[in-house]
Amino acid sequence: MKKALVIGGGLHGLSTALHLARTPGWQVTLLERRHVGRHSSGVNAGGVRRLGRALPEIALSVIAAEMWHGIEALVGDDCGFRATGQVKVAESEADMAKNHARVAQVRALGWTHEEVVDQAEVRRLLPAVSRHVVGAIVTRDDGSADPMRTVMAFRRAAEQAGVVIREGVAVTGLDRTADGSIRVQTDQGEFEAERVANCAGAWAPDLAALAGETIPCGTKASMMIVTERLPHFVDPTVGATARALSFKQTAAGTVVIGGGHQGRNDKVAETSSVLFGSLAFAAQIAAQIFPCVAGARIIRTWTGTEARPPDDMPVIGESRSLPGLFHSFGFSGHGFQLSPAAGAAVAELMARGATNLPIAPFTQDRFTVPA
Amino acid sequence: MSVADEWTAGQEATAPVAESVDLLVLGAGPAGMAAATEARAHGMRVLVLDENGAPGGQVHRAVEARLAKGAVEARLAKGAVEARLAKGAVEARLAKGAVSDDQDKDGAKLAAAFRASGAQYRPNATLWAVEPGGKVFWSEGGAARTIQAERLILAAGATERPLPIPGWTLPGVMSVGAAQIALKTAGLVPEGNVWLAGQGPLLWLYAVQALAKGGRIAGIIDLSPPGGFARARPYLMRALKAPEYLWRGLVWQRQVKRAVQVTPARELRAEGEGRLERILVDGVAHAADLLLLHDGVVPNTQVTRAIAGVTHGWDPVQRCWRPGLDVWGNTAVAGVMVAGDSGGIGGARAAALSGRIAALEAARALGRITTDERDARSGPLRLLRDRQLAPRPFLDAMFPPLPEAAIPDETILCRCEEVTAGRVRQAVGLGCLGANQTKAFTRAGMGPCQGRICGPAVHGVIAAARGVEGGEVEPFRTRFPTKPLTLGELAALAG
Repeated sequence: MKKALVIGGGLHGLSTALHLARTPGWQVTLLERRHVGRHSSGVNAGGVRRLGRALPEIALSVIAAEMWHGIEALVGDDCGFRATGQVKVAESEADMAKNHARVAQVRALGWTHEEVVDQAEVRRLLPAVSRHVVGAIVTRDDGSADPMRTVMAFRRAAEQAGVVIREGVAVTGLDRTADGSIRVQTDQGEFEAERVANCAGAWAPDLAALAGETIPCGTKASMMIVTERLPHFVDPTVGATARALSFKQTAAGTVVIGGGHQGRNDKVAETSSVLFGSLAFAAQIAAQIFPCVAGARIIRTWTGTEARPPDDMPVIGESRSLPGLFHSFGFSGHGFQLSPAAGAAVAELMARGATNLPIAPFTQDRFTVPA
Repeated sequence: MSVADEWTAGQEATAPVAESVDLLVLGAGPAGMAAATEARAHGMRVLVLDENGAPGGQVHRAVEARLAKGAVEARLAKGAVEARLAKGAVEARLAKGAVSDDQDKDGAKLAAAFRASGAQYRPNATLWAVEPGGKVFWSEGGAARTIQAERLILAAGATERPLPIPGWTLPGVMSVGAAQIALKTAGLVPEGNVWLAGQGPLLWLYAVQALAKGGRIAGIIDLSPPGGFARARPYLMRALKAPEYLWRGLVWQRQVKRAVQVTPARELRAEGEGRLERILVDGVAHAADLLLLHDGVVPNTQVTRAIAGVTHGWDPVQRCWRPGLDVWGNTAVAGVMVAGDSGGIGGARAAALSGRIAALEAARALGRITTDERDARSGPLRLLRDRQLAPRPFLDAMFPPLPEAAIPDETILCRCEEVTAGRVRQAVGLGCLGANQTKAFTRAGMGPCQGRICGPAVHGVIAAARGVEGGEVEPFRTRFPTKPLTLGELAALAG
């Protein structure tokens, strides 16, 4: 058996480990510094969305969407996935013009999942939406899932596939051994493997640096709100064309509101905290688009830490300085939906050095200035 | 206008909120009122936020209204000069012996001094977040507000420990603390078949107060674990440094026992169709219209637990968390202080003293007085506080909380999400080690109260089921907002 190590027990690490462990001939160990699902994987908005993806991400996102529709076959649990649709509302004619242009662009590339709808249709889809909303882009079989349940399902499936998960193990160094494999130093001793995956989220650029590679990458701490349970009033997950919003009602009746409003991030202390002055904008946008929630009580707010390269797109590819190490990070707050497909791609890269999955746009080479 | 003019207690409802203050005090109970008054004496700009409509906190609730029958408030609304007059009026009444009880006398003095101090006082204001660096958020009149505070003194008082019994969620069952609020603010006295059950000083105090107002009590079910005095005896000599506490307790018990049947018991259930109809005391049924439960009070640590960096220690005798504090009330986070019962149960007099001591330390930290001045001024206060705290080990050993292991499986612990003790125990059986993991399995603590009510009970049940000390169990993670606010209120901050 060939040995592989996956560093990082978030959803991307678990998915990579799961797919690689199902590839004949591989023995996979996953190292997680704290506990599985500690940061953004377990606490994100759970959007399963192709709608509005940056053009280079659409191909991978479409494959991931197919995997989500068969998620139970993949991990033995439905992960709370509900294909209730995603709707991005237009609040002005200018927004509508943008929507038409966007959908035309996506269709020109051959994708048909995004569709412009008029005011009558958006009101039919979202009876509680504010009267000022004039239309929307819709992807009807997108939806949402339960992030923590998804993490737990991937963990169980990975362990059943033979992955050994070691929590509380922090990586301190990466180098090559005399026989050509990769040595991973940790606070609990050394590990050796032929292939290593760097799925360490916000801390992944630091691991790349340990391997001698500089990849430009910042951090994000998107803030979330959950309200008390309300009577059921909306099915799809809702965003807005011109404003930062993600809005959905869970099966329990609570409303989860996000949209990428940024909290405070402390990478060294591994904590992030809410900034209410900024979170107020999320509340304002939510209450303007769904006036019925203005009186709903907020019962909790939180943030999760995540990596963010300068172009808001992930880094997926083999290390230039330490071949055999494969990066998969920087999903910039929209990696939840991509995780089944990205994990499959990285596992394939690790096992056979190549993949047919559409990850070429995500190479870190895009940041190197041509000589 | 001078600083003193801007910061008067008289402007409360209409004054705009400044952008910053030297000291923000949370709570206008004895600790908060005393802290604000002391801080003003050293020229600090002080803002006091309090959830209630009038100063006093729980122990001195509505003390002004009860004593001055509204006259004080009316005059105070007009400004500082009238405030001094009103203070005089209260003191005149005190001198005439119009006040029957020591507690009210203490409270009236504190409130009068606070009103005259020039601290800006915002009643009906609910603090819900403190950000690193001292930015404080609260809600008032349906809108969120914010201010930058150099220092904080958190004097949030105590909360009642829940006493979950089968049927405690039925209408007609409430806590003794809630009944005391009704008694103090609305003069509501118990009528019909009213039962008191549980243990602890507040239960006896309420019984005395209710009987004095002409209330009727059908009986008291004493659930205190046997052997109280034997457990407490080692602390008796120390407790006698402040003998009035024990004396008062004995007097209360004697007064109550003269009028009301007291039944020691181990098991209590509440039953009824849609509302309370009867209680079962060790299997014996009694008709009941109202059941008031009490199992002591614990420090209110909601806000301190939500502030990153503030440490908390486990009190193994009273089985509760308390913030880690130095003698001045400093937490581990610079600028964040705690005074009064929210730092450890000590009663109203100790709370007022610790409020003053904390304010002196705040004055030192802000350069208003020297270290020597702080030490000189606080020395006598610290001696008085030590005396007030002397009976605590005795009382704590006498009334340990009721054992969580004895809570029957079918009893609801989390009222918001209707999660029973049995389901929490099941989650522990599945490997949940702490309250945050049982959340994911049971939703306990995920409703609107976010574990504020059920927290101690869920925590205790997990510890008992694991067979470990409560200190080894991770409590519910507390996050801001520590009080529910509406999306609309928060949106108001976006401007």
